[in-house]
Amino acid sequence: MKPAPFDYVRPSSVEEACRVLAEAGGGATVIAGGQTLMPLLALRMSQPFILVDINHIAALKGVTRVAGGTRVGPATRQADALRDETLARHLPAFVTALGHVGHYQTRNRGTVGGSVALGEPAAEMPATAVALGARIEIASVRGTRTVPADEFYLGPYMTVLEPDELVTGVVYPDWPDGHLVLFREVAQRPGDFALVGLVGALALESGLIARAGVGWFGMGPTPIRARQAEDALVGSALDRIDPQAMARLALADTAPFDDHHVSAEYRRTVGARIFARALAETLGIRSAA
Amino acid sequence: MSEHVIDLTVNGHRHSARVEARTGLGEFLRDTLGYTGTHLACEHGVCGACTVMVDGVAMRSCLMLAVQADGAQVTTVEGLAAPDGTLHPVQQALKDNFGLQCGFCTPGVAMTLAAVTRDHAGEGLEHALTSAMSGHLCRCTGYQGIRRAIRQLAGDGMREGA
Ligand SMILES: Cc1cc2nc3c(=O)[nH]c(=O)nc-3n(C[C@@H](O)[C@H](O)[C@H](O)COP(=O)(O)OP(=O)(O)OC[C@H]3O[C@@H](n4cnc5c(N)ncnc54)[C@H](O)[C@@H]3O)c2cc1C
Ligand code: FES
Ligand code: FES
Repeated sequence: MKPAPFDYVRPSSVEEACRVLAEAGGGATVIAGGQTLMPLLALRMSQPFILVDINHIAALKGVTRVAGGTRVGPATRQADALRDETLARHLPAFVTALGHVGHYQTRNRGTVGGSVALGEPAAEMPATAVALGARIEIASVRGTRTVPADEFYLGPYMTVLEPDELVTGVVYPDWPDGHLVLFREVAQRPGDFALVGLVGALALESGLIARAGVGWFGMGPTPIRARQAEDALVGSALDRIDPQAMARLALADTAPFDDHHVSAEYRRTVGARIFARALAETLGIRSAA
Repeated sequence: MSEHVIDLTVNGHRHSARVEARTGLGEFLRDTLGYTGTHLACEHGVCGACTVMVDGVAMRSCLMLAVQADGAQVTTVEGLAAPDGTLHPVQQALKDNFGLQCGFCTPGVAMTLAAVTRDHAGEGLEHALTSAMSGHLCRCTGYQGIRRAIRQLAGDGMREGA
């Protein structure tokens, strides 16, 4: 037995879960798929007094259409979301990115909300939430609030979530029918965390880019929105877009780091290449690279 | 530190036991129930040796608590072969193609291959099996024997399984 001892509770409603979290005064931790938390417990990097298992709260599961968007319950398994027809139809970028989260076996247990709430800087789901303009629904005994994804992440594994708060939904706004998906990542092996990656959506209207959302992962302490590139893309005619120049703009918002895998310089170089290639490929235009 | 009485079915047999909250499913299967076919190696989600099916779905038993399997139907590698000892097609394919050497990773590999073969409909079984193998580390075979076993499974068009 590797984890330090803890109590285990299995609430059946959001209210009950929030009450346990509040009463524990910071000593409780939520477990969803456990695909990140279980290793942290085994390594004793996480030592809660109480583990709050949200897998039996029906209200936290499933995909629903809401006004202007699609709501994903946080306890929805990644494998279920990958097979979901509503997501395939409305959020192809989300589905593409989700297919790169871990392995078949970890997606069978891991949840969408666990990945969003964790805030791993190299993870696909937080960057997807930021790129697509998702809003994160949060509950506690003190009430509910909704936070835009690009204000949710503060640093590596640090979010605006207070210890007594629970993520209760992630709402992704609709993108126009037929919008294009931007996705590329470089990892040491398939299923590993990415060294560098980007995800996004582009909507076209009579030969112009009408809407753009692009997020980087592995390019800073948090997922990063490529705002300058988004601004430059919107309103551009397809035949006027220079993927290399856009890549340089997209890098302007990043803050890549050195780690034991690769250097910041590697991330910058590879990031620029994959951005230019993804953009050229998605738009069907030529890139000098 | 809470303790819980759990009831679950493993390979068709009912079990009831008292577990500490922090007990992992993999160690519970091995140490308490004696299903030592399930191998634990890294115990933090990286290697895949501990893969079992919980309610028919392949997952890592080191990343789940025993208490979370309360009420579940668990299948371990001991439950793959037929009661008369006839190997499961996945076991037969691994055996035929030297898809194992020391055998440490094999129970996990077999559970993943069995789940994917059972669930996969239509084209692309070889690709589906190969991609699911990204979740397993094997230090012996160089993977080529496992890939041959996968080709055999895909070629035989086998769809049934555990
Ligand atoms: C071998 C391996 C490879 C992996 N590769 C990748 C990868 O390439 N990309 C990637 O993104 N991930 C990867 N992961 C991690 C991914 O599988 C996890 O599913 C994900 O990071 C966390 O989701 P979970 O449901 O398992 O959450 P858990 O592990 O249960 O929880 C993660 C954290 O989020 C908190 N939390 C969970 N749900 C909520 C909620 N509703 N409200 C508030 N807090 C909550 C928990 O308290 C915990 O701190 C990998 C994992 C493994 C084991
Ligand atoms: S022992 Fe479970 S993945 Fe290695
Ligand atoms: S056969 Fe030895 S680890 Fe795979």
